[in-house]
Amino acid sequence: MRTARAQSILWGVVGVLGVAALWELYKAVAPDEGVTVGSITVLPRTTDIAMPHIWDMVTRLFDPVTRAADADVLWWAVLQAAAFSLGIAALGWVLGVISGMLLALLMQRWLTAESAVLPWVVLSQTVPLIAIAPLVKRWGTNIHVGSFQWENWMSVAVIASYLAFFPVAVSALRGLKSPPQADTDLFHAYAAGWWTTLIRLRLPASVPYLMPALKLAAANAVVGTVVAEVSIGLGGGIGRMIIEFAATASGDPAKTWAPIFGAVLIGLLSAGLVALLGRGLGRFRRGEVPA
Amino acid sequence: MRGSTTARTMLAPVALGVVAIALWQLLVVAFEVKPFLVPSPSGIAGAFTESFSHIVDAAKVTGLNALIGLVVGGLTGILVAIFANALRVLSQMLAPLVAALAVIPIVALAPVFYAMFGAAAHTGRQIIAAIAVFVPMYLNTLNGLRQVEPVHRDLMRSYAATAEQANRLLLLPGAVPYVLNGLKIGSSLAVISALIAEYFGGPANGLGKAITSAAAGSNYTGAWAYVLGAVLLGALFYGVTAGIEAWALRRRGGS
Amino acid sequence: MSATRAAVTIQGVDKVFRTRKGGEVHALSDVSLEVAAGEFVSLIGPSGCGKSTLMRLVADLDPATGGEITVFGKTVEQARKDQDYGIAFQQAGLLPWRTVRANIELPLEIHGVDARARKERSDELLALIGLEDFADHHPDQLSGGMKQRVAIARSMAERPRLLLMDEPFGALDEMTREHMQNELVALCQETGAAVIFVTHSIPEAVFLSDRVVVMSPRPGRITDIIDLSFSSRDEDLREDAAFYKGVTAVRSALHGGADASPGPRGVENR
Repeated sequence: MRTARAQSILWGVVGVLGVAALWELYKAVAPDEGVTVGSITVLPRTTDIAMPHIWDMVTRLFDPVTRAADADVLWWAVLQAAAFSLGIAALGWVLGVISGMLLALLMQRWLTAESAVLPWVVLSQTVPLIAIAPLVKRWGTNIHVGSFQWENWMSVAVIASYLAFFPVAVSALRGLKSPPQADTDLFHAYAAGWWTTLIRLRLPASVPYLMPALKLAAANAVVGTVVAEVSIGLGGGIGRMIIEFAATASGDPAKTWAPIFGAVLIGLLSAGLVALLGRGLGRFRRGEVPA
Repeated sequence: MRGSTTARTMLAPVALGVVAIALWQLLVVAFEVKPFLVPSPSGIAGAFTESFSHIVDAAKVTGLNALIGLVVGGLTGILVAIFANALRVLSQMLAPLVAALAVIPIVALAPVFYAMFGAAAHTGRQIIAAIAVFVPMYLNTLNGLRQVEPVHRDLMRSYAATAEQANRLLLLPGAVPYVLNGLKIGSSLAVISALIAEYFGGPANGLGKAITSAAAGSNYTGAWAYVLGAVLLGALFYGVTAGIEAWALRRRGGS
Repeated sequence: MSATRAAVTIQGVDKVFRTRKGGEVHALSDVSLEVAAGEFVSLIGPSGCGKSTLMRLVADLDPATGGEITVFGKTVEQARKDQDYGIAFQQAGLLPWRTVRANIELPLEIHGVDARARKERSDELLALIGLEDFADHHPDQLSGGMKQRVAIARSMAERPRLLLMDEPFGALDEMTREHMQNELVALCQETGAAVIFVTHSIPEAVFLSDRVVVMSPRPGRITDIIDLSFSSRDEDLREDAAFYKGVTAVRSALHGGADASPGPRGVENR
């Protein structure tokens, strides 16, 4: 059992190294201008600007961000931006999970609500709400309630939560409806009300459906945060950093990759945090189904 | 009884939609909400019909990128999953890479692809859409290929069937519902990815760029009209793939 | 016809499964058995006695740990590659996206039989199991008994001289089960194939078999072999005194074999 796990980790590392090796191999072998068919580049350019060396990407992390005397070292700046984005994504995740759960409960409770709302929930995912991020920003600047001032980062969190709520709503509904007739009949025979049935039967039964959805929601929240940062123009996070560094790519191509590594890091970190949460619910997770 | 079920599944969502739009219109008119906050549905509809031909042109550009991404990413996902299912080592090597692809914002790679394939071409966007589609396609197909019941595996062994025969007769047909589900998920991702990739630079004739430039020019009703175009494009992709799924599963004769 | 004209010979076979925690389970210990051509042999015993395992070894679905098994004088692997046996399981195991006819034709298709010959054979088999009208139906439109009949027709598609059946009627209700037993008797008389039949129903074993092999667990081994020589097998046999004698003989052999536990678990006495 233990050796099998060690083996799969080992092969995973081999896979990552394999991609790095392929990158360097292609860079060494292929022509500088890539391979073009007609006017379309089908295989990428291999100049140091388009495809920097792997070791350049890594060593660049330990140089200062800019030439300015007081500049931070790059990895530290990336880490700060990653923490900022992860915080917003976490808030978006929480909001999304809460609204997704509430929606699922509503749909489970009233059949008509399910018929009326579910098609819109599904349709909502074809709506690129990220696309209206520039518009969401405009809303925010007009909201003043007393001393409360709507900030840009709140818009980002709202967009992240919009992407996170969908898998939760759909999977939670499936989970809440998962107990077989025999189980609900049993609770009916106990004269248990809707609330008792929910707490004792439906919620525990929905955990196996919910866990993969929570993971998916976390990934969506991260994607939403990074993209919304870009389209709203919120500084301080990974999304904005990617755009800023990409602008200097021609002079400092390896630097572009630093915030991308940061994005990978928060993606993996968020998945890990949700997995940690799942361990606490272990006893409800027999026979888990993928989302 | 049957009539009331149909009424519930067909009419209820339509009724909700109509009520929501009516309420929206009413509130905007009653409170004289400025267009930069929320334009009225009728205003959006007006702008939509006014610039209809331009919206269609932009949607064609974004839609083609999404379609190419969907086809390329989808086929790659299926092929790689078949190999990964046959070769355990390959699936183990790919596991961390796919896990990373699944949780990272792939559009973040947009600037890199623009550098690699040229910022004047759409190739970078198509690749981003393809990667976004690849992930659910690969995971769903692999999951589907692994759903083989032990009794079927035994049966194939008892027939001394070759690996190719087992793939063609047992594994692939069994994975079809999973592949189609992956395609359905991928279709929405392809549109959204192709759209968002436009925010990170590149040619400016797609829907995504149209939304941002309209918003930047304070033409909010126009921006919403483009958003509506994006919604319809996404719904078209989703509707077609969901239709293919329903058709194929019905043709297959239950499950 | 020489004396070695046996369908299956099993000599001193052992099977040890390794558990995940590194332990060992002795599924079969020193099992020897010979099944003659055309003979119907049932394997019966409580859960864990290795009766299914033994059948899987003969089918070359799992490798034996020790001992030797031959099928028509060949190694099990060769016999499998030559398609010397047909097989049916407790689950019908039909492919849901194939019609009844296409399911029956599956082994023929895999072995490169051309379309016309396939159709001829599936027509014959559909008539044999009385499902001509269901040829173009899909498995989800069939009852459990019908599915199992299709699975049995599929196992006979290549006219094998040996049939391996692992509790094929285990999931059926009693009425359907007796009906299927009658059909199987008729089919076997027609084809003259040898059968190894795994079951945990005593009456089923007695009704169908020339010999009933009684097995016992921990480690899995053969404890008794009961010869039954009924002159004919039809509905009347179920009420015959000789049948009840056979049932009693198998039952007492089963009880004698299980010394550790109060009664043989997993054996149906119905």
